[in-house]
Order: sequence, then structure tokens, then C-alpha cells
Amino acid sequence: MGFLTYLINGMSLGSVYALIALGYTMVYGIAKMLNFAHGDVIMIGAYLVFMCMSNAGMPAIVSIGIAIVCCTAIGIIIEKIAYKPLRRATNLAVLITAIGVSYFLQNMALLIFGSNPVSFTSVVKWQGIELADGQLKITGNAIVTIVTCLVIMFALMWFVKNTKPGQAMRAVSEDKDAAVLMGINVNATISLTFAIGSGLAAIAGALLCSAYPSLNPYTGSMPGIKAFTAAVFGGIGSIPGALIGGLLLGVIEILAKAYISSQLADAIVFAVLIIVLLVKPTGILGKQIKEKV
Amino acid sequence: MKNLNKSTQKLISTIAVIFVLYLAMSIMQATGNLSSLMSGLLVPVCAYSLVAVALNLCVGYLGELSLGHAGFMCIGAFTSALFSKTFQGIIPDVPRFILALLLGTFFAALFGFLIAIPVLRLSGDYLAIVTLAFGEIIKNVINAIYVGVDSKGLHFTLKDMMSLGLEPGGTILINGPQGITGTPRQSNFTLAVLLLIIALIVTFNFVNSRTGRAVKAIRDNQIAAETVGLPITKYKLTAFTISAAIAGVGGVIYAHNINSLTATTNNFGYNMSIMILVYVVLGGIGNFSGSVVAAVVLTMLPELLRGLSNYRMLIYSIVLIGLMLFNWAPSILRFREEHGITSQAILGKLKKKKEVQ
Repeated sequence: MGFLTYLINGMSLGSVYALIALGYTMVYGIAKMLNFAHGDVIMIGAYLVFMCMSNAGMPAIVSIGIAIVCCTAIGIIIEKIAYKPLRRATNLAVLITAIGVSYFLQNMALLIFGSNPVSFTSVVKWQGIELADGQLKITGNAIVTIVTCLVIMFALMWFVKNTKPGQAMRAVSEDKDAAVLMGINVNATISLTFAIGSGLAAIAGALLCSAYPSLNPYTGSMPGIKAFTAAVFGGIGSIPGALIGGLLLGVIEILAKAYISSQLADAIVFAVLIIVLLVKPTGILGKQIKEKV
Repeated sequence: MKNLNKSTQKLISTIAVIFVLYLAMSIMQATGNLSSLMSGLLVPVCAYSLVAVALNLCVGYLGELSLGHAGFMCIGAFTSALFSKTFQGIIPDVPRFILALLLGTFFAALFGFLIAIPVLRLSGDYLAIVTLAFGEIIKNVINAIYVGVDSKGLHFTLKDMMSLGLEPGGTILINGPQGITGTPRQSNFTLAVLLLIIALIVTFNFVNSRTGRAVKAIRDNQIAAETVGLPITKYKLTAFTISAAIAGVGGVIYAHNINSLTATTNNFGYNMSIMILVYVVLGGIGNFSGSVVAAVVLTMLPELLRGLSNYRMLIYSIVLIGLMLFNWAPSILRFREEHGITSQAILGKLKKKKEVQ
């Protein structure tokens, strides 16, 4: 039973990673950039939910709604100000700018909210269910997280496959110049991608802090790095890859913490990533891109 | 100066600038004009510069983005500090430090070599994320190691302090997350500057050597380099190992400047790797002197802005974003070209003035 509990906890953590990884993977797929500031958008989202719930006393669902709207706006603004002017510049320049944005968000949060961690009240009030005479406890948090993640994932896959904006996104990620020739508004599509990614980050922030209630301006950076790892793990640029990568990473992390060593859990997670990439250099579901001479 | 080639001239002028800065700082320190905060930063700045030069070799000449150089710095720091602490009082100060320096450099190079073998099979962003992962693993493992010594010899565990099973008289060398305390503080500003200059001479010579030219050829076009028969793996490994070794030297300097050495995200984690990368990119990719300048300016900048207290890091981040846009955004570059504010134009004006004089 212990193993099952760990497995479910791992899946719950993995679902959060998957949600964050979606932001990374979509932005990478379309803009070919590593958006290092994504982890900090999560932190902002979590703070917004916290402010709405604890300070303004709003219900959880309304708070999350407000956070999603605000984070979406923040995502679009960041893209317009910092990344759009650099669209044709080298990757490294964009990477450093993303790091600058990450510092900016962290220090902004530090100024507004202070450096002391606040304790986040869970957005899920439901205590959860007990199975097998109380031996197997599944918290409401875990169930809500996993279900939310799966619903969002499938909705997003449907969106990308079947709607016009979704098709535009796929076209842009395939070939930007050809997409322009087909009459696709590339700038709007990239903005849309950032908007979706940042909106999801707000949800991920609320769910992450419901499970791990201590929230400070640096909360987002480690989950951000891990989710990025998850995105690479599953094959960066692929939406189902983000799901698989996120879930695997979460499960490995929790199992390593439980059975091997809580100190070494992160090292084990990263070691698995390295092994996977050495065997399959483009990640689990990644596409092999042939390099032309 | 005329008959020297361009890169030697550049090396000499860089060393001259560093030397002048060194003299200025030393005089200010001796006359008490340097705030304690600033003088405390002198040695770390040299350590960061060393790592920045190392990373620039990797990013600028090997053409591979590494986000794990703090890991090599960490290895250099911990192996040398462990050595210095263990043999404190057994070997005299000077030879012990030299040995610690060599040991730290050697282990950083060794790990660089071992990591490079699998990593260099990958490319681009995948390589970046794997180096990041290696850096995190190194930091994590060091945080979990406990090493102690007593009359029976060395003890070693990954669990906790108690399970070391030390005798009452034994000393703990590495205490898990608390790291190493009581490393002899042997690095000073003079030594750090000296090592930085040596590292600059080594890297300048390396990139202009036969091997260095081969590395540049591989960076510019791997397939073409392969076609003319260059052993790609060998050259890539060499460059990466040298880069790791120099980062290790930075770590040795860093470790021998502080009393308690711990591996946290900020000093040896990806935050540090990213900070160093910022120095490299802002200083100019492939420009070693630029890395040193950027490391000095950007480390001093937040300290100079200390009067603005909480706003200083915010300003730092805005400056960073602004500089990146100013230097790289195509539309701004075009604007600068039209209005004659390119770096060539500015440098050209300076040169003309010199010629007139």
C-alpha cells in the first residue's frame, strides 16, 4: 500500500510538472527559445491566487480565474517587450534576456510580497478518499491535480489538432517562413502560445502550492527547472511528451525520495534524464530532425 | 608592438589593463579607501572571471552552450578544500596550497573529461540541459556526502553524521549540507590575479594553436571539418576538458577565500552557471577580455547600487534586458547603424584620436 500511495503522490507532482512543462514545450516548439522565466510566472500565479483567497477572501475558483487572466496578460507583455524584438537574433541572446526577465519577476515579487515565505491555503477543500479500510489514502489535492492536468492536456491536444489557431501554431512550429506565405499571422500565433503557456502556469502555481504550501519569490525556479527537464525528457516540442515526461519525472522523484534517499532524489531524477537522452537523444517522443549539409 | 600579431597584442593589452586595475585596487585597499564590502569582493571577482573565461572557451570556441560550469567550479572547490583541510599542519602552507590547486584543477578536468564523453554526442539545447543536469547532480551529491577521519583512517557515508562511526577524537571533513568548515584562507587578491593572468595566457595561446584552430573549424562547420579529416571527438574533448580545468581553478580560489564552504544553488548551482553565462554573453562571446570586464562590472554593479537597497537587483535585471535588446535586437541594430552608434564607429573614433596624438 505504501508503494501505491507514493505512486499516486508521484503522479500528482508529475501532473504539476506536466502542466509547467507544457508552457516550456509549446514555446520551444514555436519560438525555438528556452523561456527561463516560465518558472517565475508560476510563482506570480501562486501569489495572485494567495492574495485573492487569503487577503480578499474570494472563493478558490474565482481566485484561480483572476490569476489565469493576470498571468496570461503578463505572459503576453513579456513576450511583446522582451522577446519579440529579438526574434531574429541568436538563441543565446534570447536565453539571456529570458534570464533577465526571470530576475525581474523574482525581484518584483520580492519587493511587493517580501522575502518571508507565506503559507498557502490549499485551493482544494475536499479531504480525499480512503480505500482498502483506510490503508490507502488519496488526498483530494492529488485527485484534483491529476484530473485537471489530464483534462487540460487532452483539451490542448484537441485545440492544437482541430482548431484554426491550433493549426496555425503547428504550421509556425514547422516552418515560420512558409507559414507567413500561407497568410498566418506569426506574431499573433506566438503571442497566443505565450498566453496559453502563462495561463497554464497560473493553474500549475495554484496546484503546486496547494501540495507544497510554502510560497516565496524563489518558489518557481526549481519546479521550473524540473519541468523543463520533464519537457526535454518527453521530447521537447511535443504535447503528449510533456505529459509523459512530467508524470515519469514526478513518480521517479517521489519514489527516489521514499526508497533511496531524500537528499539524492534530485540527483537521481537528473541522472535518469541523462541516461534517457543518451539512449534517445531527442527525448521519449521527440522527432528526429535530420541535419542537412 | 608592430611585429606582434593581433591576438598577442590583445593579450598584452588585457594583461596590462588587469594589472593597472590590480594596482589601483591594491593601493585603494592599502590606503583604506576601499569599503570592506568591495575588498571582500576582490577575490570572488577573480574566481568568477576565471570561470567566465572557461565558459567562454566552451561557448565561444567550442560552440556548445554549457549550463553546468558551476559544477566544475564546485568540484575544484571541494576537492582542494578537502585536501587543504586534511593536510593542515602536516604539509607546510605553500606546498600544500600548490598541491591543492593542482588537485582541484585535476579533478575538475577529470570530471569535465568524463562528462564530456557522453555529453558531446548531443548538440544544441539538449547539450545545454544535460550539462545543467550534471551540474545539479554534482551539487546534490556533494550535499549528501559525509566524510570524516580518525586514527583508523577515512570514513565515508551518504546517510548522516552519526553513521560515519567516528572515534571520539576524529574530525569531520565534509559535513553533508554544512559542507567544509575551517578551510585555511590562503587565496588573496594577488594570487587570484596572477592565476587569472595565467589562465588568460593559456586560453589565448590555446585558441591560436593548431588544436584551437581545429576546434574553431569544428564550431564553424562540423561536417566540413570532418570531411578534411579532423578527429572531431578528440578536439571537442580537449577543449571541454581545458574549460573544465580552468573553472576548477576558479573553484580553488573561491574555496580558499571563505571559512565555510557549502554547495547551495546560489554559489554552485544553476544560478551560478547562469550568472557566469550572463558575463560571457554580455562580455562578448569568444572575447576573453570581455568576459573578465563583464564579470568585474556586473559583480561590482549590484554592490555599487547598494544605496538603492531593495531596488538594486530589479535595476540589475532591467539593465540586463536593456543591454541585450540594445546589443542584439535587429531593429535596434538597424537604428544604431543609421545613426552611427555602432561599436565599430565608437571604437573607430577612439582609434583616430590616438593616431592624431
